[in-house]
Amino acid sequence: MSDDEPARDAGYDDLLDAIEDGEPYYLECAEGHGSLPPRHACPHCADRGLEETPLPETGTIEAHTTVHVPTPRFLADAPYVTAVVDFGPVKITGQMVGVDHDEVANGDSVTIDVGRTQTDDERLVVFEPA
Amino acid sequence: MTRVRVAGVGLTPFGVHPERTTRDMFGEAGLAAIDDSGIDHEEIESVFYGNFMGELSEHQGHMGPLAAEALGLDVPATRYESACASSGVAVREAVKNIRSGEAEVVLVGGAERMNNLPTAETTESLAIAADDLYEVRAGMTFPGAYALLEDAYFDEYGGSREDLAHISVKNHENALGNEYAQFQKEIDVQTALDAPPVAEPVHLFDACPITDGAAAAVLVSEDFAEANDVDAPVAITGTGQGGDKMALQDRNYMTRTPAAEKAGQEAYAEAGIDAADVDLAEVHDCFTIAEVLAIEALGFFENGEGIGAARRGDTTREGPMPINLSGGLKAKGHPVGATGASQVVEMTKLLRGSHHNSAYVEGATVGVTHNAGGTVASTAVHVLEVVE
Repeated sequence: MSDDEPARDAGYDDLLDAIEDGEPYYLECAEGHGSLPPRHACPHCADRGLEETPLPETGTIEAHTTVHVPTPRFLADAPYVTAVVDFGPVKITGQMVGVDHDEVANGDSVTIDVGRTQTDDERLVVFEPA
Repeated sequence: MTRVRVAGVGLTPFGVHPERTTRDMFGEAGLAAIDDSGIDHEEIESVFYGNFMGELSEHQGHMGPLAAEALGLDVPATRYESACASSGVAVREAVKNIRSGEAEVVLVGGAERMNNLPTAETTESLAIAADDLYEVRAGMTFPGAYALLEDAYFDEYGGSREDLAHISVKNHENALGNEYAQFQKEIDVQTALDAPPVAEPVHLFDACPITDGAAAAVLVSEDFAEANDVDAPVAITGTGQGGDKMALQDRNYMTRTPAAEKAGQEAYAEAGIDAADVDLAEVHDCFTIAEVLAIEALGFFENGEGIGAARRGDTTREGPMPINLSGGLKAKGHPVGATGASQVVEMTKLLRGSHHNSAYVEGATVGVTHNAGGTVASTAVHVLEVVE
């Protein structure tokens, strides 16, 4: 690791790479529970047989908020919409893009991608209307 | 199993005190608790200390020994960190320590310094109570997380921002006359509704303030209290702790808080009570929706009924189930690592008749405190009862 390049977060950054490559996945256990990496055991049942399984192409917005007071990492991004999206086996949190804030509604169908924050050009999970 | 009595309690004034270190504030609150107990400080065998963000706000880890020496004590001292439930968890460990027979007299409490940071950095510091990889990096703030819970609640059960504004109005009213409260001023529903948004649908008056402060209590075994003629009419008769997945996205529910349900059930079972026996409660209203989720999880109201409780008058001072007679986190303030202990302090005063709102709950014998960490991924609940 060089001084000017922060270490990757194994599992998490691998998943973001896969989302960027158009091949998002989640971890599925023998009982069919979903979770996100890094995991050695299913957080729901402790099963250790976790398989990378393709994420369904679309999910639906379960809840959303328009954030007006951000953390320093998102100062230039605010206001923005954070949403929890239900893909069935897993739910994922990300930022809504490509839609007016007022147009976002729970139950809307969205797809997943990776975007960049306006503040620090850091990667983050984003959702777009399907 | 010996019962645990609350022998003494102490607070600092909660508010904006950016110049005060946690060691300074905890020294004041802890010594006040020792003085209130009338017990010689040499009897204290251990210190249980809650703090959340000392590394970020004060560049200070390893705070247990600092907490003990602030009180002039040379005893084992440990810091407990469980986000906003830090000192609730510390109280639980202190109770278990006495019950186990390990100690007869312990001091428990917590302190937090927050206002020495700019608001954006405090927001960042509070966000570390959420999942960094999967929530914070996606832009979730702490108010944003509760906004998601509020949004989901409105979707499932209905209710309105106006219902929640009544909670804010109630808690501000309760803090009037509480000399330790950060806000001692009335507000009205329209003021709350007109406040600027923080993370919609959460607006400014739905959110607790950023607070500096400390709280402490001296806990003793019943045997010690009787043998030493300690005036300690209030006992902690039940303690419970519940957990949940860290991130909202990994939970089964976004409109319920199972960690609080489990903590409540455990604490009630220990005390041999059920929700109907509870006369009053101090609950973790870091946001107005959090009070709703708390009073439903504790069994005082059915799911979906809690949101209208303040508006209906059910949870006001004059109502059948007064909630947050201290002013709650909303008006009393929320020095994160001190909050759980401060609830025990306020409840002890309410039950022993030395609180500015004690007159509203005359004859009450059973109180509950509910202290939640993060978005209720951890919760500590305690039952306090008048036993003599």
